[in-house]
Amino acid sequence: MLLAVIANRAAMALVTLAGVAVVVFILLRVVPGDPVAMMISPGASAADIAALKAHYGLDAPLLVQFGIWTKGIVEGDFGTSITLHRHVTSVLADRLPATIELAVMALFVAVTLGGGIAIVGTLLRRTPGEAVIDGLNSVMLAVPDFIWALALVLLFAVALPVLPLTGQIDPALAEGFSTRFYLTESVLTGRFAVAGNILSHMIMPTLALALPLAAVIVRLLKQSLKEAMLQDYVLLARIKGFGELRLVLQEALRNAIGPTLALTGVQFTFLIGGTVIVERIFAYPGIGNLAIDAIINRDFPLIQGLVLLFGLIFILINIGIDLTVAALKPRLRHA
Amino acid sequence: MTAPKTMPRLAIEDLSAISLRDGNRPILRRVSLDVGLGEVHGLVGESGAGKSTIAKAILGIIPSQVRIAGGKIGFEGRDLLTLSGSALRAVLGRDIALVPQDPTTALNPSRRIDAQMTDGLRLKRGLSAKEARLRAHSLLEEVQIRDPDRVLASYPHQLSGGMRQRVLIAAAFGLEPKLVIADEPTTALDVTVQKQILRLIRALQERHGTSVLFVSHDLGVVAKICDRVTVLYMGKVVEQGATAAVLAAPRHAYTKALLAANPRYDRPDTGLEPTPPEVITALRAEIAAFDAGSGEARDG
Ligand SMILES: Nc1ncnc2c1ncn2[C@@H]1O[C@H](COP(=O)(O)OP(=O)(O)O)[C@@H](O)[C@H]1O
Ligand SMILES: [Mg+2]
Repeated sequence: MLLAVIANRAAMALVTLAGVAVVVFILLRVVPGDPVAMMISPGASAADIAALKAHYGLDAPLLVQFGIWTKGIVEGDFGTSITLHRHVTSVLADRLPATIELAVMALFVAVTLGGGIAIVGTLLRRTPGEAVIDGLNSVMLAVPDFIWALALVLLFAVALPVLPLTGQIDPALAEGFSTRFYLTESVLTGRFAVAGNILSHMIMPTLALALPLAAVIVRLLKQSLKEAMLQDYVLLARIKGFGELRLVLQEALRNAIGPTLALTGVQFTFLIGGTVIVERIFAYPGIGNLAIDAIINRDFPLIQGLVLLFGLIFILINIGIDLTVAALKPRLRHA
Repeated sequence: MTAPKTMPRLAIEDLSAISLRDGNRPILRRVSLDVGLGEVHGLVGESGAGKSTIAKAILGIIPSQVRIAGGKIGFEGRDLLTLSGSALRAVLGRDIALVPQDPTTALNPSRRIDAQMTDGLRLKRGLSAKEARLRAHSLLEEVQIRDPDRVLASYPHQLSGGMRQRVLIAAAFGLEPKLVIADEPTTALDVTVQKQILRLIRALQERHGTSVLFVSHDLGVVAKICDRVTVLYMGKVVEQGATAAVLAAPRHAYTKALLAANPRYDRPDTGLEPTPPEVITALRAEIAAFDAGSGEARDG
């Protein structure tokens, strides 16, 4: 059954990605602006422009261009970045690890923080404490990631300058890495001072991405937990003499977590989308930041590669959600 | 059976409760009842009479919309109503256990029976995980479950309703409490299973010497397993006494009507329906007079 789900989702993923590829390819070439226009100096002649277009293969008919691109993809060649003069795959491979570390960290913070607040809110239900949590939470729900980013900058880089404003790591420390997973690698190799430096760079972008998701988790999980706490089996456990925290963790949480899990998966794709602006604000060297450069420069091959990569990430996340929900089902069937 | 001469296990005195939901309507009207050592005390009354409210008051799980307006619940020389949260938690599970009404909702759907039976034993009896598991195994044998290992490894949805109720009964008596509260433990079950469950409760109660407050809307069921009985109507005690005596010579017209309706053991809902209207009218007048007299139930 699980295998069928995976096969089904993999097939759908391929179709989706193909669709995305077609749309982005056409869109880039229909919308005004192309890489050549961004490169040429103001006085360039029409002949120069035509020559440049020919150089990048932009003068061929749309269908031919598309054929060349897809043929390359099938052979594992996603083209060459026009501005960086490197293979798109190698550029992406350089930048993706930083975004993965940031997104996973943000997800972890969001789940821990959101889950923790939801549990505390459940323990405080029907007290003034719950009203405080609800009030703060509705504010948090209304604040998007880039506003958090700006607020955090004002707080921790301007008013109270304790955190580095930009980058991923102090350049002096960025030596001797064998992968681009700087944080993971420095922790695994025991270079904790370096890890600490990376973390201090990651705090603000992580929080900016995590807080909106945490707010969503608090809202939904607390709601589900409160409902679960009214169930007969919780009452029976209370009558056995278990304390409130034990009731929440042991009896309610497992039955309440389903909807939150599914929604967190969906929201995680939004979080990945949020890396574009948040990485930009903090000059964090991931694929989100790269995407903005690519778009400004109309770097068609790079944009196309990035869109496919984002599409692939979204699809993988969705498959992950489906598998988790399917795996939980036998237990939650009667919940 | 004669009334116990020693101090009763549970002594409810003048317990009153009101519903904040609809205009402070009285739910319990100065209810007093004793459950003796090793006694099964039946609490009978139609739906809404306040039986579960009494059970909940004992267990400290009164809903937020209900308020205890007065009275005492004496247990081991202490008033359960005045115990702190932690003091009550210490008593619950160790000295007092519940057999719930609906076995389909009283078990956690995402925890194995094993975990749900052993957690109380570990918390309240200080057993190790292994000891608790052995104990759960023998408890299931005691409630005549043939393959305890399979049941222990199951999730609730893999068991029948009767099986689940056996598990819940085993879990309640397994804690070796002094008092078991059984709130309509057979109402949600098939007729054939009901009889087995009743016999089981009585057998366990006798073997362990447990006191039981047995709540039911069916006088026929109560007659089968209770030593004494309290009849409740609109939160007021209308009759109380040894079961045999009450059945032989009911003093109150309402009890007479209940008996005359010849409650049928196999159709629990038929017993209480045909109470004559004049009996009800008289009862309501009695209760109105009581409310006017006691004063406390009406204000606020
Ligand atoms: N959560 C609640 N809030 C307010 N009133 C309640 C609540 N639960 C029960 N009641 C009221 O208390 C009365 C007695 O209910 P209950 O004790 O459940 O009766 P029984 O168990 O005898 O059927 C009913 O009139 C009911 O409306
Ligand atoms: Mg009831």
